[in-house]
Amino acid sequence: MSKTPSERPIANIADLLALAYQIEADAVQRYTDLAEQMETHNNQELVKVFRDLARAEGIHAEEIRKLAGDIDLVAQAQRLARWKKGGSPEEADLGAAHYLMTPWHALQLALTGEKRALDFFKSVVASTKDAKIKEMAAEFVEEEAEHVNLVYRLLRKYPQPTDTWSEDDDPPMPQD
Amino acid sequence: MAKIETLQARKPADYKSEVKPIWCPGCGDYHVLMSFTRAFAELGLAPENTVVVSGIGCSSRIPAYTNCYGFHGVHGRSLAIAAGLKVTRPDLTVVVASGDGDGYSIGGNHFLHACRRNVDMTYVVMDNRVYGMTKGQPSPTTEPDFDTALSPGGTGLSPFHPLVVALASGANFVARAFSGEPNETASILVEAIRHPGFSFVEILSPCVTFRPDEREWKSLVHAAPVGETSDPGKAARRIMTDDGFNIGILYRGHRRPYRPPMGGQNVDLADLEKDFEL
Repeated sequence: MSKTPSERPIANIADLLALAYQIEADAVQRYTDLAEQMETHNNQELVKVFRDLARAEGIHAEEIRKLAGDIDLVAQAQRLARWKKGGSPEEADLGAAHYLMTPWHALQLALTGEKRALDFFKSVVASTKDAKIKEMAAEFVEEEAEHVNLVYRLLRKYPQPTDTWSEDDDPPMPQD
Repeated sequence: MAKIETLQARKPADYKSEVKPIWCPGCGDYHVLMSFTRAFAELGLAPENTVVVSGIGCSSRIPAYTNCYGFHGVHGRSLAIAAGLKVTRPDLTVVVASGDGDGYSIGGNHFLHACRRNVDMTYVVMDNRVYGMTKGQPSPTTEPDFDTALSPGGTGLSPFHPLVVALASGANFVARAFSGEPNETASILVEAIRHPGFSFVEILSPCVTFRPDEREWKSLVHAAPVGETSDPGKAARRIMTDDGFNIGILYRGHRRPYRPPMGGQNVDLADLEKDFEL
């Protein structure tokens, strides 16, 4: 049987929806955090990228909320979504941020998150014996695959920067 | 530990203040803040009964970013402030935040005696092995060959061993965590806050601006190969022989926490002043 991050099994559709919702909500929070960091450091291009990513994840979260109807997803998720090592699948790694990072770097973070979410739902499909859970998890697999493809398409707009991207003409201090 | 409210489920976001952090993007302290709020939520702490005390430095900005009571104290003196608070208000949960400069250098002496005194509070040191706020000077935990414009040729000094010093001084709970794993760190903080007496948690928290090499810590940290012990000698030997990247609860002791003779009593200040009248 598929396991939730709290090691309790995914017992029903409500559990699966709650986890799916929490994954998106965590992503919104993290992208918002990153947007605020970039705002503080006046990297306006990245503020926009992270705000757009947060908005996109927020739309996904809202879609799941509508799908859930009367289920209290927040309460349900609080009981189930106890992610351990690595954190929630789509939670961007704040440690990878840099004040001079480029949209390419932001999209790499997004790509990692979407791929982890895809793997999570694939693992649910592979491990559950419940036909309804399998069917819904398979739908989430399709959605996450679309998100992965979308990030790949966006990356075509933003090629990898050269090795000098982090060079600062006015660095915090000389460390040489 | 002070009374913990369990009736109402709280979320990590409930512990965040409106003040936005201004640490450098990539700084480990963002994750530490996340671990604080997750641990507080897990414990169901009431913000009005929880106090975060700090000294000076990047890490010491943390009280402003929570909506618990906070005290941003003077350099190196956070433990003295926190100990005073806890012995007069034992009903509060007291968490102290510091860095390797504030905690081990300027506040080094307070560190020894706080471990020795064993007041029931949790001391979290965000160790990035550098003075980040003042632009990259070597701290007590900096490697001897850290060769920069501010320390040409390195200091040549052996780094301080905070965990071993804590054990030798009588800390009742000793753990090492890594900021990049905020959920694991939150779990360690939960245990540290729950444990009676002085709990010391060192969090390896990279300074990506003045120690960009510390981004590599993510690939260096690993779970401690053996579980915790209640034998301080054994714990100290393990720590002295590890690579500095063992993560987990390393020691959990059973010393009785310090309580002053008048702890928790309502003492009228006027009555106290009478003892000093000439």
